[in-house]
Amino acid sequence: MNVLSDHFAEFREGFLGTVELTASSALLALVLGILIAGFRVSPVPALRAFGTAWVTLLRNTPLVLLFLAVTLGLPALGLKGWDSFWLAVLALGCYTSAFVCEAVRSGINTVPVGQAEAARSIGMTFTQTLGQIVLPQAARTAIPPIGSLMIALAKNTAIASGFNVAELAALQKQLNADEGYNIYVIFLWIALCYLIITFAISGLFRLLESRLAVTR
Amino acid sequence: MSASVLYDAPGPRARVRNRIYGAVSVLAIVGLVAFVIQRLDTTGQFQAGLWEAYEYTDTQHRILDGLLTTLKTFGIAALLSLALGALLATARLSDHRPVRWTATVVVEFFRAMPLLIMIFLLYAAVFTNDPMWALVIGLTLYNGSVQAEIFRSGINAVAKGQSEAAHALGLRKTQVMVHVLVPQAVRSMLPSIISQLVVTLKDTALGFIILYEELLFVGKAFAAQTQPVNGVYAFIPMVIVFGSIYILLCLALSGVATWIERRTKRSRKGAPPAPPVAVDLGTGGSGVVNP
Repeated sequence: MNVLSDHFAEFREGFLGTVELTASSALLALVLGILIAGFRVSPVPALRAFGTAWVTLLRNTPLVLLFLAVTLGLPALGLKGWDSFWLAVLALGCYTSAFVCEAVRSGINTVPVGQAEAARSIGMTFTQTLGQIVLPQAARTAIPPIGSLMIALAKNTAIASGFNVAELAALQKQLNADEGYNIYVIFLWIALCYLIITFAISGLFRLLESRLAVTR
Repeated sequence: MSASVLYDAPGPRARVRNRIYGAVSVLAIVGLVAFVIQRLDTTGQFQAGLWEAYEYTDTQHRILDGLLTTLKTFGIAALLSLALGALLATARLSDHRPVRWTATVVVEFFRAMPLLIMIFLLYAAVFTNDPMWALVIGLTLYNGSVQAEIFRSGINAVAKGQSEAAHALGLRKTQVMVHVLVPQAVRSMLPSIISQLVVTLKDTALGFIILYEELLFVGKAFAAQTQPVNGVYAFIPMVIVFGSIYILLCLALSGVATWIERRTKRSRKGAPPAPPVAVDLGTGGSGVVNP
């Protein structure tokens, strides 16, 4: 008997659960991360301070603690009725957004000041400089680190298994507890599922990188 | 801000506008913080009954025990992962193809696996009633592989002329590595190594999920035992207290990293013309970017 064929429906559900969790949190992390990066490079000191505090707090908190804070804290504050899936998305998205912010910010910092100065000197407006000169160059530098952050995010979704979300790690725990299957075989199948997801993400980002590549 | 890529030095109108944006954002942030505090207050999180348990020496001893367990786990895992990292990096830099390939497969496999999956495997199959070793070995395998990549890129970043010169002097492979490459590489690697150690420290909290009695587990158990006051459980005070402990620990460790970085930079300036060491290492795949 084979674990995969016996529990194919569960495997499919777990796989889709992990994919959905990764995709939703990635979206939240990218949106929040870019927003906070905008704060951190803005000329407004209060926003910069807020951005720095956000990044420092979230980067130095264990993700498990963040999960605990979200799953126990939000209901205690009166935000009841959230699905455990969306609570997990919130924890993962906020955590990863701090790292995305740093990647975006260092991408912006690698653009030489001369580029923007040249753009201004030929009369480009702020929006034109940002949209046509600075951000396209910053994006090319920021994309590879964001790719490895997304892979790390896919791996981090495993932590959601400890907080009632149906995904691959939870399935592994459940199958380990069912007697009768070889634990190493279960591990290999679960590992393969994660490998598929991480390879897909790295392939996607490699594609993006080669599409955007220009000689500089 | 005059040297920023994004903004030109502000003129009088931009300065006024920035001041208005500043005022609005201060108001918004103060409003947000006030809202959170008000929310915490109306749901009764600041009631003295939820917090006074932290004043008991008994509680403090339990927190200290949890902290020591976390630090012990971190210490063992850090040492083992550095040792494994050194071993794997040496193997990946080996001249013998089979050794190199084996090490590459090992490193790539463990870096691609979610750590928790490894820990579940170890806990279910090898260390069935010893969660500490399941956690330590899981952390070692994962972080050891990441450290191996940091070491390897550090060694590769040393200028090629260094090893060529050493070989020309008649040093053997081991001597070149130990006396020439490693001492130079360590300097440029230290910040990355330490930020990976911060990741290791944070990941010890995964022990919570396999019910290992480390700091976070102690916190949750403690909050669950505290008598609810007017129907409010002590979870938020727990998150605040234990979150601060973790954040301070990690900040202390990253503080060491920045201190070392600054020190090595200063000493290089004073030293006689040292060879240019490539400053830019890969982040070792961990995705951690130094601020």
